[in-house]
Amino acid sequence: MAMAVAVAVLIVGSVLFHLLSPWHSTPLASNWSSIDNAVTVTFWVTGAVFVAINSFMVYALIRYDRRRGGQATYEPENAKLEKRLTLWTTVGIATLLAPGLYAWDKFVTIPDNASIVEAVGQQWEWSFRFPGKDGVLGTADARFVNENNPFGLNPNDPYGKDDVLIEGNTVHLPIGKPIKMVLRSKDVLHDFFVPQFRARMNLVPGLVTYFWFTPTKTGKYEILCAQLCGIGHYTMRGYVIVDDQRTFDAWLKKQPTFAQAVASR
Amino acid sequence: MGILQKLTEKPWLVTDHATAEDSDEVSVSAAPTGLYFYFAVATVLFLIVAVMYLMRMGVGHFGFGLDWRPTPKPWLLWVNTFVLVLSSVTFQQARVAARRDQADRVVTLLLTAGLFAFAFLAGQLIVWHELAARGYFLATNPANSFFYLITTLHGLHLVGGLVAWSYTTIRVWNGVEIAKVRLSVELCAIYWHFLLVVWLAFFCLLLAT
Amino acid sequence: MAYATLAEDLKELHHPKSWVGKYIWSQDHKYIAVQYMMTAVAIGVVALVLSDLMRLQIGFPGSVGFITPEAYYQMITMHGMIMVIYLLTALLLGGFGNFLIPLMLGARDMVFPFVNMLSYWVYLLSVLILVASFFVPGGPTGAGWTLYPPQAILPGTPGRDWGIILMLASLAVFIVAFTMGGLNYVTTVLQARTRGMTLMRMPLSVWGIFVATILALLAFPALFVASIMMMLDRVLGTSFFMPALVSQGQLLGYNGGSPILFQHLFWFFGHPEVYIVALPAFGIVSDLIATHARKNIFGYRMMVWAIVIIGGLSFLVWAHHMYVSGMNPYFGFFFATSTLIIAVPTAIKVYNWVLTLWKGNIHFTVPMLFAIAFIFTFINGGLTGLFLGNVSVDVPLSGTYFVVAHFHMVMGVSPILVIFGAIYHWYPKITGRMWNETLGKIHFWFTFLGTYLIYFPMHYLGLLGMPRRYYEYGHTAFIPDTAHYLNAFITTVALIVGAAQLIFFYNMITSYFYGPKAGGNPWRATTLEWQTPTTPAPHGNWGPNLPVVYRWAYDYSVPGAPEDFIPQNVPAFGTSRNHKT
Repeated sequence: MAMAVAVAVLIVGSVLFHLLSPWHSTPLASNWSSIDNAVTVTFWVTGAVFVAINSFMVYALIRYDRRRGGQATYEPENAKLEKRLTLWTTVGIATLLAPGLYAWDKFVTIPDNASIVEAVGQQWEWSFRFPGKDGVLGTADARFVNENNPFGLNPNDPYGKDDVLIEGNTVHLPIGKPIKMVLRSKDVLHDFFVPQFRARMNLVPGLVTYFWFTPTKTGKYEILCAQLCGIGHYTMRGYVIVDDQRTFDAWLKKQPTFAQAVASR
Repeated sequence: MGILQKLTEKPWLVTDHATAEDSDEVSVSAAPTGLYFYFAVATVLFLIVAVMYLMRMGVGHFGFGLDWRPTPKPWLLWVNTFVLVLSSVTFQQARVAARRDQADRVVTLLLTAGLFAFAFLAGQLIVWHELAARGYFLATNPANSFFYLITTLHGLHLVGGLVAWSYTTIRVWNGVEIAKVRLSVELCAIYWHFLLVVWLAFFCLLLAT
Repeated sequence: MAYATLAEDLKELHHPKSWVGKYIWSQDHKYIAVQYMMTAVAIGVVALVLSDLMRLQIGFPGSVGFITPEAYYQMITMHGMIMVIYLLTALLLGGFGNFLIPLMLGARDMVFPFVNMLSYWVYLLSVLILVASFFVPGGPTGAGWTLYPPQAILPGTPGRDWGIILMLASLAVFIVAFTMGGLNYVTTVLQARTRGMTLMRMPLSVWGIFVATILALLAFPALFVASIMMMLDRVLGTSFFMPALVSQGQLLGYNGGSPILFQHLFWFFGHPEVYIVALPAFGIVSDLIATHARKNIFGYRMMVWAIVIIGGLSFLVWAHHMYVSGMNPYFGFFFATSTLIIAVPTAIKVYNWVLTLWKGNIHFTVPMLFAIAFIFTFINGGLTGLFLGNVSVDVPLSGTYFVVAHFHMVMGVSPILVIFGAIYHWYPKITGRMWNETLGKIHFWFTFLGTYLIYFPMHYLGLLGMPRRYYEYGHTAFIPDTAHYLNAFITTVALIVGAAQLIFFYNMITSYFYGPKAGGNPWRATTLEWQTPTTPAPHGNWGPNLPVVYRWAYDYSVPGAPEDFIPQNVPAFGTSRNHKT
């Protein structure tokens, strides 16, 4: 009986906790409502299953407690029941999978008009690069990194000359435009994680990774590194400031290009 | 009974047919089963290395493996391969001899097979030496790294086999009845064939890339 | 089946006379099992203490002076690795596998007793190498239990000098030890079953351990290769996993390697590893439920098939740990689908456990309480798996406390609850004595309620977006103060649960000396291990005659039977009989 009561209390408590908890997702600040929807659907379906199976168990625990007497029934299997359960479980799983894959399909399809921004990670700071007027990022490699060229841009690549370099941990982005966030690491794995944007991806040295999103709310958001990257992992913070287009343009104009940065050093 | 039939029987229905059913079970000793399971483990191990080899080479991965420079294959590798084949063949003959209870022949053949195996290992060491002398060190290039890794893993397996081989050979040498060592000889021979197949597969992989 | 060979083995089983021969260099599977259990639990206690220490740092940042960021990352790494490999894998397969397989199948011992003994000693060596890393300069590695390169072997990570080398060496040695043990378990299951013990008459415990062992045999090679390659990268400067990179301003000599290759290898091992731990727990809990509900396990055949299917599928889902790793994103479609498919057989197992309780005659013994607690906890942990397996749902949750809560619920707490249940269940068989029930129940309530209070709220911190593996959060705009209060609460509960384990140890130790004699079959169970002629079972288990099996493992409450259980070695009609070997 104590066990049945305990399980019952935990079921009710879990549901109440979910409904009353002040700790829910941060307000969405990007286009990824499809991800949020998939999360919500999953919560509903799994929540219902959680309550249903456990309530059934509570009932069984009370009803078939040996102190109520009675003998156990001898029933090796019930093929019909098992088939039915399998079928309904499969249906439930498909219900979950569909919105998940739908959102993923969007996630892997970069819109044609997405503008490119690069985030560069190193232990334990962020820097950023815009492609400049030509809209193309110059090539880069760890072997080019030195004091005068912290981004490791290829000095012979003409596409790199007009790239706009943002040192320091803060980047501005324009609202309402799809951004293809290109990610590069100079040393170890990192992860570009802004909880409010939902979308994110690892930075992998030796590879260029990417993901996309459209900022939909102005404001200042924290970037947290979410892939263990050494002792300073927890201090690896950056900021994304989402501006309206005019403020953003004004800000970008003030930032140095690669050519200017080389000249000034 | 087939495995599917076994796994679909309703165990609560069958009572007391144990004795009848057992008669059609083949009584096998445990050691071969254990060895075959080990082959499964080793196969997975070597397969993983082979897959890593191809992935690191950049097969199917655009922009990867640009630094890959194939390791040269000294002609000695062909000799080593041939020696390993000889070792395996001799083991097979020892196995046949053991089945026919020809004790003297078993000793000679076991010693010869072991000698070939040692020759193979020595040959592999010479190959390493030669490659190192020509500047192909372990860390010079990923292809070299894999070459050394693969030959080491294979060589260590052979060394492990040689431990079993020496145990068996000493027993035969000391005049233990053939009936008592027959299983050991069989298992050694099978193990040698397995290692030969593994080596041939890797040799083909090395030659092909 | 090789009972004739076994009879021969009996003559060859040597019965050591000396204390050292009997307890230390023992080749008796039961002693080896206890050695495995004790070692695993001992190193597990270390991991438990580490977890309480790091919880102190999370709940009350800076309250413990010696927990620097270095120490914190070393603690999380060692906690994770010890719990997953050296405790859970070793305890479930090395401990319970060793104890249960021969006894449940009516064998005298494992088929290769010497290799079995060797397996334990090599395992002990791997544990010692691991422990040694606490005492080397620089301390143990702090790379996280996943040991992802390049970070794991670069400066900027604690234990980069010696810790990581010892960790990789210890893993390789562990895998050698496990392979020796594992070959023994599978061969014993296939070759040493007693007369009448067909595959489908095996108890589900054996099925779970058997399939898990096959998984482990085939999955560990991936970790072995990964360890060796990373060791070469670290020590000899090869570039298997290391691309060209600038570490703290220094261009290193690495070139062209791929960190993602390591992740594929790691998770090709790592995901089956989840089932290596889960399947024995699934099997054991099925037997606990059936025995203490006095009812046959519902849908035995489906349970067996589900174990086999889950085992097979577990090799096709590894990359669901890598959705945001930067691998080809199109893999996500395949791995999300395969991952959610595996939920179907898993769900069937849950239904069948609950349906076994249904119309049962439930005895609320301590093992049964743990079994029910397992069902509840596992349902919770399994359902949150549907979030993380479902690719796009995983994206915002990956790397947050949601993940931490999920995997602790599903492969931390769940198997641990089964392990406790199993220890309480088989303790009388291992020692011949019964433990104190009141203490057992107190221990149960602290453990069950406590762990749920720790991990259920933790999901919501993850949902909020708090990343895991943070030494401290400082000021972060989106994290409200209440989240820190919740963390302090979780830590408090964790400390209480940690301390409550002392009750368990006290109970086990005092019962060993002062507990009442338990008798041979205190739970009135059907399976063979309860039918040994003496308790604890002697070397060789069965005296002169091997048991003969006439029925499946779940003849509880058979209509018309004189009692509510019929042991497996009771013939269709009449009394128990043995056959001469």
